[in-house]
Amino acid sequence: MSERAAASGGVSKPVLAAAVASEPVLTFEHVTYHYPGAPGAALDDVSLAIEPGQLCLLAGLSGQGKSTLLRAAAGLVPHFHGGRFAGRVALAGLDTREHGPARLGTLAGSLFQDPETQLVMSSVNAELALALESRGHSAAAVARGVEEVALALGIDHLLERSTHELSGGEQQRVALGAALAGRPRVLLLDEPTSQLDPVAGDELISLLRRLNQEWDTTILLAEHRLERCLACADRVIALDHGGVVHDGEPASFLEWAAAGAPALQTPGARLFALAGLRPAPVGVKQARATLRRQGALPGDAAAVAATASAGLAATASPGTPSAGPASPGPASAGTQAGARPPRLGRGRETPALHLRGVWHELHRGPAILRGVQLRVAPGESIALMGRNGAGKSTLLRHAAGLLTPTRGRIERAGRVALLLQNPGDYFLHDRVEDELSPGALARAGLAGMGARNPRDLSGGERQRLALAIVTDGETEPAVLALDEPTRGMDRRAKAELAADLRARAACGQAVIVATHDPEFACACATRAVLLADGRVIADGSASELLAGGWYFATETARILGGAGGALTPEQGAELLAGAMRDETAVPVATALGMRG
Amino acid sequence: MRRSRGDTATGGRMAPGILLYRRRASPLHATRAGVGAIWALCLSGAALVLYHPLALAVLVLAVLLAGLAAGVGRELARSLRMALVVALPIVAINVLVSRNGLTVFARLGDLGPFGQGDLTVEALVYGAVIALKVTALMLVTTLASLAVDPDALLRICRRLSFRSALTASLALRMLPLLYADSRRLAEAQRTRPDGGSRGARAQATLLGAVLAGSLDRAMDVAATLEVRGFAAAPRAPRLRRPWSRHDLAFLASGAAVLTLALLGRLAGPAAFTAYPLLHAPVGPPLLALSAGLVLVVLLPFADRRGIAS
Repeated sequence: MSERAAASGGVSKPVLAAAVASEPVLTFEHVTYHYPGAPGAALDDVSLAIEPGQLCLLAGLSGQGKSTLLRAAAGLVPHFHGGRFAGRVALAGLDTREHGPARLGTLAGSLFQDPETQLVMSSVNAELALALESRGHSAAAVARGVEEVALALGIDHLLERSTHELSGGEQQRVALGAALAGRPRVLLLDEPTSQLDPVAGDELISLLRRLNQEWDTTILLAEHRLERCLACADRVIALDHGGVVHDGEPASFLEWAAAGAPALQTPGARLFALAGLRPAPVGVKQARATLRRQGALPGDAAAVAATASAGLAATASPGTPSAGPASPGPASAGTQAGARPPRLGRGRETPALHLRGVWHELHRGPAILRGVQLRVAPGESIALMGRNGAGKSTLLRHAAGLLTPTRGRIERAGRVALLLQNPGDYFLHDRVEDELSPGALARAGLAGMGARNPRDLSGGERQRLALAIVTDGETEPAVLALDEPTRGMDRRAKAELAADLRARAACGQAVIVATHDPEFACACATRAVLLADGRVIADGSASELLAGGWYFATETARILGGAGGALTPEQGAELLAGAMRDETAVPVATALGMRG
Repeated sequence: MRRSRGDTATGGRMAPGILLYRRRASPLHATRAGVGAIWALCLSGAALVLYHPLALAVLVLAVLLAGLAAGVGRELARSLRMALVVALPIVAINVLVSRNGLTVFARLGDLGPFGQGDLTVEALVYGAVIALKVTALMLVTTLASLAVDPDALLRICRRLSFRSALTASLALRMLPLLYADSRRLAEAQRTRPDGGSRGARAQATLLGAVLAGSLDRAMDVAATLEVRGFAAAPRAPRLRRPWSRHDLAFLASGAAVLTLALLGRLAGPAAFTAYPLLHAPVGPPLLALSAGLVLVVLLPFADRRGIAS
């Protein structure tokens, strides 16, 4: 009994309510779960308690149990998926073994990865109303609920729209609205930003932060790009092989990740670790505040740039990544952007691909590409960036010959292999060995997996198989184009893909990657091209383009304000070390907490 | 490699190959779904009741004009082309198999077990009448699927039959998803070094892959429905909505169309006999009936008050 209750001589109603409210809203007690037919446990003796109003991040590589944990909280495990379930999950006191997903759905709203499959009605209005109608709310309550959730999420202007007309970002917001319509106490989100561009992804995260802060909604969020949401999280739960390996505040998580799981480290934390600075920052704001407080924030970008350029040129030689191959993060997997001077495809050599004033005009619609000029040299690697609808995918389809320009022409030095967004679209058979020859499988590092179903492979393996399918011709393709290859991939898989692309470029193959992920772009490309509204609006070295923006910038670049064109934590650490060596000398550096 | 000129790159938006409801600024779209469905049923009823070719042709014209007024003229024109593909064989088959007419316009001679191949004007006209009926029904169905909110209809169905509504919900949602999946898979096959296998076997493999993928899709959609509690409520609440001027207008229009058709059929102005001799009188009563049909079908579209442009 609380002191206050004791003083009043009993348990008053408000105190009792407070006591009830402070009880965990979600508890897992020794939960172990096996999917039907699966040999290993998807969840292995998981025990945790989520307090009301907490925003918890679920961290972990792909296939470590994040989605399963969320599905267990929603009651889909085991009611929907079947399998073997042991232990106890309680959502707001309701045992999920006794209550199905429909009942639990009144307490927890769920949002999954793919927005397309989460919209089940034809209009936005009906979509938002469905959850309320299904729970037997009166017509007036349904109308009010729809209105309120639409206003809260800023989607009131979409109410009369058809769901199949919405963009990916709009679809995800509407799906979030549908999950929130019944005002659930808990929100379960499974990589909700994985299909979104950076702008839409950041908007969604801001929305979640608002929901948590203004409505006290408890949020459990699984996400790969932790740097996006770590700053607004109260707690991070890391999973590995189905078990909880860390559970604590974001700062302690970063400390733990630096020692035990570098693949989960954010670029900012890695930058600080390499520079010997502490504490590891949970976001750009904190990182800059720490640097500013310690006098290490590059204030005069130009001056530091000059210093840093000299430092970078001296330290990074061609083909010498600054981190070892075992380092998992894309930023650490190689400093491609700064490793060698970019080749902008303007030399005299025959280009691997040359787009000359390419237009793509729809018969009854707008122009998707407007006079695009792009020359790609052999061995050059380009990151094609820009918001959704900028024309990236269309440009790659033209490069590969899937589309013909309505004006302009395209010259190719050889075959252009194109890997589309969803690797699963390439798999037609039930066995991996039916998709490719044994030799090609071995070259792709998939030897021994011939008997498996391609759909059962991990994200990285599926990507490798699809890549092997499109490149497995009689002749090596002159150009390899990839459209958003990192969607839903964890850092380790991204790092492997970036390494593969660098190796291909080193062998003389031109590589073009359309991506929203600046960290991946700087890990695999020497040149960046920014598209907007079908036009090339910027074309330069990756270090120039990815260091100076808000959205199209790496976390390191945002922390350092673009100083020195540093994109990766390694480059940033060099920059900080160089600047502080020059300006403050050793005693101050020691005072800043730098190691060694 | 096969190429398409000026084709759109795949995106999140649905390709125009499937006829889907889309909210537009038209009186028919503004009408409550139940009334829109009743209006479409009345038009279909009129198409079934009427036999006079002129009256049927006028009805088809009225539906096309209604489609234009509803902002779905292009889609309706596409449906008309498809209807013609169906209608022409109907006419041809009826001419070839019917032996009831007396006015022969071509003799094909002895067709063995099929007897004498005499083609008659009556069979030709009757075939055209059936074709006109089919065309009218196809157009009305298309118009209804484009202009009547399926979600609101499903809500009505949920009050009547929960399981049927659930099945319809899933099917309705899966159709555009499968269409998008098949387009993506076909495009992915075109990016293979050999341009993708062709032929019936390759198509069958592709279809198998689409179906396999659709199972995953269906699971995701079903999981979404599950957590939204679709299975929890046996009856959707009855939404009380005031009757708008458009609801009343389309209700009156539907009743008037059906009444006119029944009057025309039973009272004589639209009398029609095909066999053994063609009897399809065209006089002032029929012309008045035809004008009346067009008028009552289109009149509700004249009032655009309360319609967002």
